[in-house]
Amino acid sequence: MSQVQTTTQATEGITATQRWNIRRALSQTGTTGDAVFRIVLFASVFIILAIVVGMVGMMLSNAMPAIKHFGFGFLTGKNWDPVRNEFGALPFIYGTIVSSVLAVLIAVPISLGIAIFLVEQAPRKIAQPIAFLVELLAAIPSVVYGLWGIFVLAPFIREHLGPILQKYLGWLPLFQGKLTGIGMLTGGIILAIMITPIITAIVRDVLTAVPVTQREAALALGATKWETTKVVLDNAASGIAGAIVLGLGRAIGETMAVTMVIGNMPQISASLFEPAYTIASVLASNFAEATDELYLSSLILIGLILFVVTFIVNGLAKLLVMTVTRGKSGTAKAA
Amino acid sequence: MAVALLLIILSYIAVRGITSINYEFLTDTPKPVGEGGGIGNAIVGSLIMILLASAVGMPIGIAAGVYLAEFGDNWFGKFIRFITDTLTGIPSIIVGIFVFTLIVLPMGRASAWAGGMALALIMIPIVARTTEEMIRLVPNSLREGALALGAPQWRVTTGVVLPAAAPGIATGAMLAVARVCGETAPLLFTALGSRFYNIELDQPMASLTVQIYNYAIGPYDVEHKMAWAATLVLMTLILLTNIAVRYLTRKKY
Repeated sequence: MSQVQTTTQATEGITATQRWNIRRALSQTGTTGDAVFRIVLFASVFIILAIVVGMVGMMLSNAMPAIKHFGFGFLTGKNWDPVRNEFGALPFIYGTIVSSVLAVLIAVPISLGIAIFLVEQAPRKIAQPIAFLVELLAAIPSVVYGLWGIFVLAPFIREHLGPILQKYLGWLPLFQGKLTGIGMLTGGIILAIMITPIITAIVRDVLTAVPVTQREAALALGATKWETTKVVLDNAASGIAGAIVLGLGRAIGETMAVTMVIGNMPQISASLFEPAYTIASVLASNFAEATDELYLSSLILIGLILFVVTFIVNGLAKLLVMTVTRGKSGTAKAA
Repeated sequence: MAVALLLIILSYIAVRGITSINYEFLTDTPKPVGEGGGIGNAIVGSLIMILLASAVGMPIGIAAGVYLAEFGDNWFGKFIRFITDTLTGIPSIIVGIFVFTLIVLPMGRASAWAGGMALALIMIPIVARTTEEMIRLVPNSLREGALALGAPQWRVTTGVVLPAAAPGIATGAMLAVARVCGETAPLLFTALGSRFYNIELDQPMASLTVQIYNYAIGPYDVEHKMAWAATLVLMTLILLTNIAVRYLTRKKY
């Protein structure tokens, strides 16, 4: 009976039968140690919940001044002028969307190609080192990509890729304009390189999760290797979609590498060579200097938008992937 | 497909190649930044904040992972798992903003505490998920054996399951540390950066990643070279950790 008292000191005032039930409810065996253990563990889970709720709450409350001041016009306003206290988020939303979409457009064919190659075609001895290399690409920090982008990719675009694009495709508004090497295109390419390992890893997981029976059935019906691969792809379609969405989510939130190569100018331009600004970049570059309350609040509001978008996109991606792997979720590092 | 392969390998080699065009004399000068200077304070700062992050993040992450593995087979567990997975994908800059509003604003200044906490918040979901998967791998027969011998459930978990899963949990932890090593955005406005050696936790503190960023976007060529050198240091650290993890996980079958 003394055990009952130690664990339920916080619940005095409840009847003896109820006290007993609380302890019983907490642990299957009814011992004190179990109840305490479960509470401790649950506390850590609760912390995770608190983090998410806290994040949303904090950001919401700090963004309130901006919300009240600008209302919905914040999302469509084109001017970002800290001096005049005019804050419109449209250039950043545009920049984020375009750079991420560009990244996905570039990365998906490459990732799919590698993943299919690794799962279907390659003999084990080649597949392992390549897979290893691809995963190592994922471990490279964002700043390093940014550094490489500034000093390797940007000059490359300025001196080689850009002039070629302008010569042959210059009639498209996409490729007009001054060529400095720093701009949307560079940002898009860097993002593409960064999200390729993620998409590849998940597509590989998804492809291996397709039951072998599908492949065997196709082969039994006389399909060639390529046709079998197509069958597998059909099966894994929603998982592949999930991988792409996850890559998109990662591209949207990517901060450092993009900040370093995208030029950081809040403008909307059709040309891919022009500098631009993404949500994450503006947060990175301006947050430390935002002294005015409305400035800070607007920045936090933009951050909140990014948070919500990322949450939805990542959640969607997870659901899509789970439909193929059926609860056998992929490695944590893939996220 | 082979073309795709080549592209990836090429870009990877290009990355590695450029970082090795480096200036070794900078990689081990532990002097604060001045005219010559080095990155010593940044290395120390990074280490301190990573330690701080691990001290907070690991226990919470492991505990959460244990909960999910042992008690998490209901709707609540699925919900928490979903939330944790989504948390791993939150842009790190948002975590930085959160910690900014939570710690920096009330404290009135940037600090290593804030930086460490931001890194811990990034670590927790990762550690939780890998811990959970590792614990699930422990065969049930071990648990049943311990229970049959009369151990209470908490004893079973801490005394039998955790030690069995310990190598896996350790590698998961190492992976999380490797990931956190390279994070810049959350440290940008939580720990800010400093030009001095300092080990006080409530003052701004330099870190390797922020230092690289600052040097890279500056206009001085000297600083650019130092950025590359610092990158070499960082990459060595991260790659060593990753390769170590891969080696360790390969041995267990």
